[in-house]
Amino acid sequence: MHQLQPDSPQNEPSEGVAKLGRAIVLTSGKGGVGKTTTTANLGTALAGRGARVCLVDADIGLRNLDIVLGLESRVKHHLLDVLEERVTIDDALVPGKHGENLFLLAAAQSREKDEVETPKMEALIASLRERFDYVLIDCPAGIELGFRNAVAGAQEAIVVCTPEVSAVRDVDRVVGLLGNRFRPQLVINRLRPLLVKKGKMLSVEDVNAILRLPLLGVIADEPEIVVTTNRGEPLALRNDTPTGAAYHAIAARVAGEDVPAPMPAAPRTSLFERIGTLLGGKRS
Amino acid sequence: MIEFLRRLFGQPGSSATAKERLRLVLMTDHLELAPELIDAMKRDLVDVISRYVEVDREKIDVSFERQDSALAMLANIPILSVNRPNGTTTPSEPEAAAPTPAAALAPESNGSAPPARKRRRRKKAQRAPSPAPAAAS
Repeated sequence: MHQLQPDSPQNEPSEGVAKLGRAIVLTSGKGGVGKTTTTANLGTALAGRGARVCLVDADIGLRNLDIVLGLESRVKHHLLDVLEERVTIDDALVPGKHGENLFLLAAAQSREKDEVETPKMEALIASLRERFDYVLIDCPAGIELGFRNAVAGAQEAIVVCTPEVSAVRDVDRVVGLLGNRFRPQLVINRLRPLLVKKGKMLSVEDVNAILRLPLLGVIADEPEIVVTTNRGEPLALRNDTPTGAAYHAIAARVAGEDVPAPMPAAPRTSLFERIGTLLGGKRS
Repeated sequence: MIEFLRRLFGQPGSSATAKERLRLVLMTDHLELAPELIDAMKRDLVDVISRYVEVDREKIDVSFERQDSALAMLANIPILSVNRPNGTTTPSEPEAAAPTPAAALAPESNGSAPPARKRRRRKKAQRAPSPAPAAAS
């Protein structure tokens, strides 16, 4: 299969024109690895740094970014309303609950992915780049038309992968489709350091020995992510938890800062816990 | 008791298995997704072999097979004639040129008759397959 072409540099900034923002697609191939959660948190962290951020839910028919951000009751218009010129971009953009920098363009819920025309999608992302510093596109699972449309207007890609054989294989496939021009960078999500320590889960090094991508960051599988998603308050609104800080480090690295990606550490187990594992625990 | 000792000294985790399985499946995936690479390899392979024997280019078959811990390339290259050391070639019997599994397995009856079929087996793995994981302490 031929590789997808990133948006041609027809909209490169010229003199007197404001610098265009960066359109970054978050993709993975496989579903359920945390693309939407990562998009919401990375967008929140970037906006927290003062950047103007637009999150685009390209998962037509399976709208979710709104509920993760807690904006589900505020969505009045969606992506296809804009593409089909029923409303303007300004009508459809939903401001985030916190701060004035974050906006959401929701997916259409009652439509299908193949109703989006790729050139229109490209044009929409191009016009969003004129207004925002970052346009983060939450890509649907799969590698069909929905994926191609989500990728169409982007210049960069972030691939989200969990330390599982199926997710790694799918990311490898997606990276092959993207090609080098999107300069894909990797976020490893849902890492469980204790399992890695016990040799029961692929480590960050294992995953990247296979994928060989620039590593943006690693997010641990923490209950607080579930809790904050339940509430529609992205974890990255705060910087004072290890996972919140990890999202902020990813945002800083996306912005080009040379900060290290924090690695989730396994909690220290007590001697009694270890004896308990020895006596009654099961290895798999 | 054995189970207890095993727990005490640890056993290799499933992540090593996951890594090895992924490595193999991705090699297979990459080959499947790059038919032009296989065609180019086939061409080069035939060019090299043709320096020594005359092969039937139409009937060449290259396939890949998963083995225990490695990926193997199987090339089936029917040989039409063999270059003699002095440079002339021995034309083959017409029926010998048609590749049949029986011919491939049959030992050569006399030294001058060319084998109808040559089976090459080559390990495709770039890295040597890792040995069976030893018990971690």
